[in-house]
This record gives sequence, structure tokens and C-alpha cells, in this order.
Amino acid sequence: MDLFDVVATIVKVALVVGILISTVPVLTWVERRGSAFIQLRLGPNRVGPLGLLQPLADGIKFLFKEDVIPPHVYKLFYVAAPAVSFIAAVLAFAVIPFGSAFVVDGRTVPLVILDVDVGVLFLLAASGMGVFGIILAGWSSNNKYSMLGGLRSSAQMISYELSLGLAIVSVLIYAGTLRPVEIVQQQIGGTWNVFPLFIGFLILLVSAFAETNRLPFDLPEAETELVAGYHTEYSSMKFSMFFMAEYINMITGSALVTTLFLGGYALPFQRLVFEGWLGLEGNLLAVLELLSFTAKVGFFLWLFVWVRWTLPRFRFDQLMRLGWKVLIPLALVHVVWASLLVMWGVPA
Amino acid sequence: MSLVAGVVLGAISIQWVAFLVLAVVAIAAALVVVLHRSPVVGAMGLVTNFLCIAGIYVLLNAYFFAALQVIIYAGAVVVLITFVIMLLNLQPEAKGGPGVVPVALAALLGLALIAVVGRPLLEYAAPEAGPPAPDFGTVAQVGEALFTVYFYPFLAVSLALLSAMVGAVLLAKRRLED
Repeated sequence: MDLFDVVATIVKVALVVGILISTVPVLTWVERRGSAFIQLRLGPNRVGPLGLLQPLADGIKFLFKEDVIPPHVYKLFYVAAPAVSFIAAVLAFAVIPFGSAFVVDGRTVPLVILDVDVGVLFLLAASGMGVFGIILAGWSSNNKYSMLGGLRSSAQMISYELSLGLAIVSVLIYAGTLRPVEIVQQQIGGTWNVFPLFIGFLILLVSAFAETNRLPFDLPEAETELVAGYHTEYSSMKFSMFFMAEYINMITGSALVTTLFLGGYALPFQRLVFEGWLGLEGNLLAVLELLSFTAKVGFFLWLFVWVRWTLPRFRFDQLMRLGWKVLIPLALVHVVWASLLVMWGVPA
Repeated sequence: MSLVAGVVLGAISIQWVAFLVLAVVAIAAALVVVLHRSPVVGAMGLVTNFLCIAGIYVLLNAYFFAALQVIIYAGAVVVLITFVIMLLNLQPEAKGGPGVVPVALAALLGLALIAVVGRPLLEYAAPEAGPPAPDFGTVAQVGEALFTVYFYPFLAVSLALLSAMVGAVLLAKRRLED
């Protein structure tokens, strides 16, 4: 590892974290304008053209709000909780490949921050730590609504992590590797995993909604019953950190579904059309791959918004029943299906 | 200051410093688990301890075990423990605690355990370790060892876990039928 690698890694980390954080305001704009569009309203349209500067105004408002720490909280955990949520959300993205490689000054720079043998497990571990932020916030707030929110969140996370994990396991069996970069390479060489493993794709998608606490599974913060759930007692930038963590988790979830099932950064018919007929290679191809990755992730992010403003919230027992009695058995059967495909020699 | 100077001069490796930090934090967190009166603070001490152990696994090149440690222990197990603590709404222990005799007895038993476990450790001479093989600690290598060399122990552990699971389901069902 020489100076070039060190600088390349620092640049990649800075860019990825910067893009993750600056996508959040864009997403809030999409969420508010999208919800207005779905509900036949106008939405925020006063600040800047099409209301595009509204998130900026919101951000400034957050910074200047009074940062209240109520006297009845357990201070250490109350302050640490938003940071835990936020750091875990950002950390999980490190293993997602967002392009093949750029060639800079004759040296290749792979477009992934952390390319390790246990990549997918790293993502699960990092996102698994995020739930502690919510649990700690719920407990340390010393408030019954926060407490109920935290309690619901831990039950929900445990339940849906199982079906999420099993859906991922079926991809791992099919691909025969835990390295996200290799999973994407295989999909470029063959077909996208969504075709042979369609049920797994659906299970992962549903579980991702539950893991990110988004409607129709947003019971930890159900505002009609729990005020605001685990972040009832939070204000100013501390609340904003929970908010950003939720949106970054959405981005990571979308990127995970894309990487495992939709070919990651692969262009449609990449080998045949883009590398074959058009003869693209090197940096130009990498730029197109980046665009392709962004488009796929963007689609799932819109899906998150679309579903939130279309479906009503589940009841808690319905949520648990769906998780334990439908998704987990289905995911187990799907693991067997993936194993059968491997036995028949389907993956090339 | 001498520690920093040692690292800069190359006399002390960065791994050694990392190990020192992880070990000290792990032991401190373990003490929090045992000594703190609030069960939630104890659970968070447990997470910290598990994360430090995972860090030590990384220093030993055992990345797979580090990932499993975080997912299973720091993630699933402690989330479950916290869930139970919050569900039962456990309060911090009242002042007082056990009397002198139980504490003395526990200390005695603890020292005896340390003596029994510690003696072979003191006598054990670690073999000269070279650098690990390039595939050491990878998922493939651990998996192969699990299904060849350690196949029967692996099978036995799986059966033990399965019986525990069946037992838990049976106990829960019986209470439902009452």
C-alpha cells in the first residue's frame, strides 16, 4: 500500500460520505413533492424553483433550533444514540461497489471502498449495530412513548433480520462468494440474479422496508399512537441525525438490493451491447456504470417514497405474523431452491 | 508519550497499540457488565466488550469470526437481551446487595477458578509463529475446516442447539395451553 492507494482511498471515502449526506436533502425534497403529487397537492413550492431550496431552508432551521436536553433523560445514552444510528448507517455502505474501476495515471482505482472477503457480512454487521441507536434513544429518553417505540423497533429488527439474512444467504449460495464485487462480476457475465431468484428479491425488498422502519412498517415511530416514537424527546441536530440515518439506511438498502439482485453497477446487456457492439472500455464504461448504479438505486428510493404514501400502516401483530409465519418459511424454501439451482449447475 | 514515540520510531507496531487499547476497553466493559446496577448499562457494556473482542479477531486476521462476532453476539444476542430488559421494565438494583459472606465465597471461588485455568496458561510456551497463510481466516478456509476436520464436533454442537430450540418451543407451547 503506497501513497497512491492511501490518497485514492481517502478520496473515495470523502466522496461517498459526501454524496450520501448530500443525497438526504434531495430525498426529503422528493419525499415531500412526491407525497404531494400522490395526494393531489402542490407541496413545498415557495423556496427556489419548484421548491428545490426547501431542504436548504430546513437544514438552516435545524442548525439554529434550540438543542433541548430534557432533565429526565439518561444523558450518556441520550447523546450517543443519534451518533450510533448515523455512524452505523454510513459505515454499512463501505462494501457496496458502485462501478468497476477508473484508470488514473496508468493505475486502476476500484470503485468500492472496502473490498473484503466477508463483504456482505460486514454490511449486515454494520447495519445491525444501527438498531442500538434506536433502542438506546427509546430507553434513555425515559418517556413511555419513546420506550414503546424502542421496544417495537428491537422486536421488528430481530424478526426481519432473519428473513433478510436468509434472502441474502440464497444469493450467496447461488453466487458461491461473499464478496459483493464478485457477485456483481458474475451477474455481468451471466444473468441478473433477480431472474433465477425472484422470490428472494421480493423477500429482501419487504425486509428492507421493515429494517429501515419505513411505512408500512414504521411502527417504532407511528405518529398516531406514539407521538413520534423513539425520537419524541429529540430536537435540533440530534433529531436531524436520526432523520439522516433513516434516509442513508434507505440508500444502503436500495444499493444492497441492486447489488445482490439487479447486477449492481452492470449496464443492461453490458457484454453484448456496450462492450461488444459499441466497444466501450476504461473510464467511459466506468462512468456509464456509475450512472447505471445511480439509476437503479434511484428507482428503489422512489419506490420507498411511493409505497409510503400508498399503503397504510400494519398493525403490530400483523407485522409479526407476516415476518415469522410468511417471510421466514418462504425464505427457507427459497434457500432450498437456490441450493437446487446450484446442484443442477445453473450458475455458470 | 513514550508509546507515541515508539510507534513513530517503528519500535512498537501499530497492531500492538491497537491490541492494548482493545484489551483495556474490553476488560473495563466486562467490569461494567458485572458491577453496574442498571441492567441496560450492563447490556451496553456487553456490546462494547463484544466489539472489542471482534477487533482482536481482526488483529489475528480472523475476519470471518470478527464479522460473526458482531452479527451474532453484539447484534442479535444483545438486542434480544435489551428487548427482554425493556419488556420486563427492569429497574436498577436497589442499594445494599448481597452480604459479606456470599461476596467472600464468590471471591474465593473466582480465585480458585483463575488458579485452575491460569496454571496451564502460565506453563504453556507459545510456539514460534510465522506469518499466517494468505488464505488464513477466509470464509472458504473456515468452512472447509468446519466440514472436514471438525465435522463431528460441529454436528454435536448443532444437535445441542437444536434440542435447546425444541425445548424452548415446547415450554412456550405448554404455557399457552394452560
